[in-house]
Amino acid sequence: MRHIDEYRDPEQVRKLVAAIREASPPPMTIMEVCGTHTMAVGRYGIRQLLPQQVRLISGPGCPVCVTPQSDIDAFLGLAARPGVTVTTFGDMLRVPGSKSSLEAERARGADVRIVYSPTDGLETARRNLAKETVFFGVGFETTAPGVALTLAAAARENVPNFSLYCVHKLIPPALSALLSGEAPAVDGFLLPGHVSTIIGTSAYEPIARDFHVPCVISGFEPVDILQSVLMLARQVKEGRAEVENQYRRAVTPNGNFAAQQAVEAVFEPCDSSWRGIGVIPASGLKVRQEYEAYDALHRFGISEMAEIPEPAGCLCGEVLKGRARPADCPLFGSSCTPAEPVGPCMVSSEGTCAAWYHYGGE
Amino acid sequence: MAELIDQLFLGKLGNPVLDQRDDSGVFQIGNSYVAFTTDSFVVDPLFFPGGDIGRLAVFGTVNDLACAAATPLYITSSFILEEGLDMATLEAVVDSMRAAADEAGVTVAAGDTKVVPNGAADRMFITTAGIGLLRTDSGRPYLVSGSLARPGDAVLLSGTLADHGMAVMSRREGLAFESEIVSDAAPISGLVAAVLDACPSVHALRDPTRGGLASALNEIARQSGVCMEVEESAIPVGEPARAACELLGIDPLYVANEGKVVAIIAPEGADAALEAMRSHPLGRQAVRIGKVLESPAGRVHLITPYGNRRILVLAHGEPLPRIC
Repeated sequence: MRHIDEYRDPEQVRKLVAAIREASPPPMTIMEVCGTHTMAVGRYGIRQLLPQQVRLISGPGCPVCVTPQSDIDAFLGLAARPGVTVTTFGDMLRVPGSKSSLEAERARGADVRIVYSPTDGLETARRNLAKETVFFGVGFETTAPGVALTLAAAARENVPNFSLYCVHKLIPPALSALLSGEAPAVDGFLLPGHVSTIIGTSAYEPIARDFHVPCVISGFEPVDILQSVLMLARQVKEGRAEVENQYRRAVTPNGNFAAQQAVEAVFEPCDSSWRGIGVIPASGLKVRQEYEAYDALHRFGISEMAEIPEPAGCLCGEVLKGRARPADCPLFGSSCTPAEPVGPCMVSSEGTCAAWYHYGGE
Repeated sequence: MAELIDQLFLGKLGNPVLDQRDDSGVFQIGNSYVAFTTDSFVVDPLFFPGGDIGRLAVFGTVNDLACAAATPLYITSSFILEEGLDMATLEAVVDSMRAAADEAGVTVAAGDTKVVPNGAADRMFITTAGIGLLRTDSGRPYLVSGSLARPGDAVLLSGTLADHGMAVMSRREGLAFESEIVSDAAPISGLVAAVLDACPSVHALRDPTRGGLASALNEIARQSGVCMEVEESAIPVGEPARAACELLGIDPLYVANEGKVVAIIAPEGADAALEAMRSHPLGRQAVRIGKVLESPAGRVHLITPYGNRRILVLAHGEPLPRIC
């Protein structure tokens, strides 16, 4: 298959692995901040291919994992209401709130529907005007434009029973927060390819410039990831801190203008709470006031919620900041498994702990 | 699910037959060795490219018997029908079951029908049970079991993965691909018979249904206390199914198959078994995909195309498409 097979070619992989070794990088820690990268690294055993001194850690790249429990609880509250249909991406189904999950509520009779696209959520509303339909808007900059267009369509058509529970978050502010806070020393970022198709490479210039951290925007196949590691290794060795684009077949300097405009039309940035990390300024999206009729928070009178502490022993917060590996968590693999997850990192298909459990970690 | 089966069902109902943990129970009646099995079918949608719930219900049970190295003989069929289900749908399913039973060479010996109120069942659920006879040689049965895999054994797979699960998912979610994905639903008893004819040292057989190849291998690894090691590049996946998996972010190793078999064979018999598979219409793309090792017991390892190794865990739940 084109655009996939070439980037999985074992011969190319072998050459890149050799090139990384030849580049003789100093001990360095690379953080990826995208759940798909986390999974790809696990699935292809990338860590095993790298020289020992190059460490790959995961950051808060799983949008499901960083959605606060309070938001999940609030959304579960909506799901439990009669007369409400909730629509969500499949990932959210098993994520535990403080007491329940969408899957558990569905088993109790809640009308919870998995959709592949936010437009399916809107279609669900159109098809059943007798019920309220709420869509759970989870995701980073990749998914926000599609959700924005859906919201705009709902408003344009005056769909009376559709609303959005928006918990979209933004990557660049999170990177700044990690570098400003108590994150582990990060010598380079492997940046998310699909987020970058939307926001462009220029969005990361402040990170490289202000924090002097090398950045490479990477695709998701083994060849992409290894080439990006090579580019980062060379930057570190040469003392450079630039934003480089490995994923040129999909990412441009200015990103997708139409998508950015769609987002700006209905959303505005806001301070946002990241599970395990805390509030990061200007790191989330909220529905603009002129669209408040379609904002589930407004429609259902959901107000500011206190952050709920993680279950005792759960290290999701540390894992999300890259300060702990899944294996460091006392619950990993024993009381926290994909079948019975305690924290979101285990249950999300892009969660760091799920990736370790599934693919075997280091 | 595995815990539910282990703790509740095996805990309360356990006995030497059930405790084997194979898909069929195998026991003696007089001088005959009998395999006996049951399966329920709740597939949605009822009709999909390459099959329907009726066809699946017959072949599913036939295939479980085949994997006990038994010749499937008789099946039963119980229907739970939701009130209001239209007659045309029911007739089409039953017609399909008749055709499937004929194709598999089995006779429907008994049945049952229940109608439940609207909403109490999703249109139709079918449960089939089946019985078959093991082959014997001078009174000794040719036994195969998930617990009989031994270090050194070869792991064979009869053909491409993921066709059934992706065909059903595509139809259910209304996803249209350029090449239609067709379920591989088929009775594998003939294919298995050909292998047993050609090779006296088949140790285990498993049809990789729900949970896919990964789950089937894990079950055998646990039952036998061995390690299964398979090569990713050896595992065949048809192009249309592969494209669907890539698009939805689903791993083909976890997708259900309804017309395939995994065979664990002593090393000296593997070539003959593979030859026999490839000579059969359902096994033309049969390949050797790996081998059985002594340890770590209960684990399945996947060798990637890059030569590194990762663990293939047991599936949990349905494969769900990823978020972004």
